[in-house]
Amino acid sequence: MSSPEVEPAGSSGRRATSAGDARETVLGRIHDALADAPPRVPIPRDYEHALPPGTDIAGLFVERVGDYRATVHRTTTAGLTATIAAALAAQRVTRLAAPAGVPDTWLAGIEVERVGDDPPLSFPALDRLDGVITGCAVAIAETGTIVLDGGPDQGRRALSLLPDLHVCIVMSSQIVGTVPEALARLDSTRPQTWISGPSATSDIELQRVEGVHGPRRLDVIVVE
Amino acid sequence: MTLPADAPHAAGTRHATERLRPSRPDRPEPSFAGTPPFPEAARTALANEQLRANLGRATATIRTKRAAVVAERADWEALRLAGAAIKDEVLRDLPALLEQLERAVGTAGGTVHWARDAAEANGIVASIARANGATEVVKVKSMATQEIELNEALRQEGIDVWETDLAEMIVQLGHDLPSHILVPAIHRNRSEIRDIFIDEMGRVGRPAPEGLTNEPAELAEAARLHLREKFLRARVAVSGANFAVAETGTVVVVESEGNGRMCLTLPEVLITVMGIEKLVPTWRDLEVFMQLLPRSATAERMNPYTSMWTGVTAGDGPQAFHLVLLDNGRTDTLSDTVGRQALRCIRCSACLNVCPVYERTGGQAYGSVYPGPIGAILTPQLRGIARHPVDKQTASLPFASSLCGACFDVCPVRIDIPEVLVHLRGQVVRQSEASHRLPTAEAASMRVAAWTLQTPRRLGLAERAAGLGGRLFGRRGTLRRMPGPGPIAGWFRARDLRAPARESFRAWWRRTDGGRGGD
Repeated sequence: MSSPEVEPAGSSGRRATSAGDARETVLGRIHDALADAPPRVPIPRDYEHALPPGTDIAGLFVERVGDYRATVHRTTTAGLTATIAAALAAQRVTRLAAPAGVPDTWLAGIEVERVGDDPPLSFPALDRLDGVITGCAVAIAETGTIVLDGGPDQGRRALSLLPDLHVCIVMSSQIVGTVPEALARLDSTRPQTWISGPSATSDIELQRVEGVHGPRRLDVIVVE
Repeated sequence: MTLPADAPHAAGTRHATERLRPSRPDRPEPSFAGTPPFPEAARTALANEQLRANLGRATATIRTKRAAVVAERADWEALRLAGAAIKDEVLRDLPALLEQLERAVGTAGGTVHWARDAAEANGIVASIARANGATEVVKVKSMATQEIELNEALRQEGIDVWETDLAEMIVQLGHDLPSHILVPAIHRNRSEIRDIFIDEMGRVGRPAPEGLTNEPAELAEAARLHLREKFLRARVAVSGANFAVAETGTVVVVESEGNGRMCLTLPEVLITVMGIEKLVPTWRDLEVFMQLLPRSATAERMNPYTSMWTGVTAGDGPQAFHLVLLDNGRTDTLSDTVGRQALRCIRCSACLNVCPVYERTGGQAYGSVYPGPIGAILTPQLRGIARHPVDKQTASLPFASSLCGACFDVCPVRIDIPEVLVHLRGQVVRQSEASHRLPTAEAASMRVAAWTLQTPRRLGLAERAAGLGGRLFGRRGTLRRMPGPGPIAGWFRARDLRAPARESFRAWWRRTDGGRGGD
């Protein structure tokens, strides 16, 4: 499918000059292709930006996360540590990754070895841990999504990827109704991971199966 | 090819003495090259009952689920209108937006490369991989890299590609070709997948677990175990992009399994190959596509994982990021004022799942990585139909449709696929006429039809003749085939025709005074 004017690639010595040519050529082709000057039309944004007033946003979030076969717990600030302890015990977690920003109070008195990421753990070491606990940047009720953006209580992306259990703490104030509301709160310069349930695939006969490469178990704890 | 045991590639792996490679010397590399024109390929596919059963089941499942999650959104049409308008704006402002993206990615620590065609893009990826000493790369499923046949190009450079998406891995391990945009192994059922895993996994790494059954959960577990060692040792990853935000330089990959997160997070070097049309202008625009895409693609409110990154981030993820902007026929497509709407496509594959033709033939019959209705309009345009005559297989694609319009109804960015199909059919006919000194049989019959329809008298004569002809086939007969070669026999190869009525409508109207005078 190569066009006749293109030299064969692969000779790295020539790439420095041909790369500049490629940029100018592609931009030139686009200008030519748009010679008809298609009209500018305003973008209609008549879709919903927020949920109807009075919606129980935390309740909807809990319901939607549950639809993905994640485990959802609702608790209060006072009950948080006990809820975390129960979630870890249920999975027999003994060694737990926790980024530096995870408050000591979350794990106070829980019989689990807290493993920090400073200096950074090697990937094989991370892979051998039983689980990871993080906070989140924002959560979306309508889609049951949590978003991590590498904040101090979330750590780098590999931390919430390699261990097989992810326990995510969501403060109810972090839950917004819709995707547009979430994007408005997020900072594009930070690396983000949007998570909607545990790892899953639909690749075998288009039936959803939980548990492939990411954490196979997702416990979401919503703190009122 | 065998590497010494102390080579950097082999160090720390379980297979320290022998380099395991995905390709098999005893089998040819699978390729779409040589696929016959669609009617012929379709006939072969239709004879495969297993394929039809697998496809029928899978597409029926996804259609029902999609309809349910779309019905949940009262504002679905508003989202579609916004999605189409944003993509049209991208196409109109493409040069400025690409330059804006290039600046933003560069400011954030990434490097942008431009590729006029497949060979140039492959060369860029190969030279980056080589410069980093890689003899293998892990890959996130991507249509752009399939389109440019990156795996084969890298193999020829001595670099192995490991597909990490489950379906893509099934295709690779099975030495097979993809048949669906989203689920490339949709033509395989669970038992076939189990057999492929048992036969092939051990040849390229960790073997399938003992006693593996055909339970999807067990098959997914086998994939997890098999690929984990590849993720942990990989130094270079290759991905595509679902979206790139011109305003911020942010690149977005939407996935389900976590193989994308592995590739985008663990290796030191990340190379992303992206078609020049995959832009959105602003960060805010993602609010439209992050709602349209998951519901249209996997029929979910949201896909399990989405990764968004902007250049490189110190201490988190790859420390070198290369973005390859690919033309490869996209500017040819853009030059066609009717056909350019195909560049709105966000590769959701909803149009495949509803298409009565795709459902029966499967994707491989289309002879392209882009099958189904979108493939029927995208492939010929990427292959340059707007600029020059195309080969017979490519020319057959715009005709691989009944024009029922189901594809347009489900398209999240409102691509009027039937309109483009008809437009491309016209192009094919005109190019065919131009290349024949004598009129083609089709052109000749169209000329006869035009003459016949010009006056009521000629039409009446033709109707009488048809009515007389119809008597030969009995009162309720169906014409199924015509003997011999030629255009009429060809027309009947894919169609049945009810025998013409003994009396035409117009003759009946005259005789009965529009029904008032009795039957």
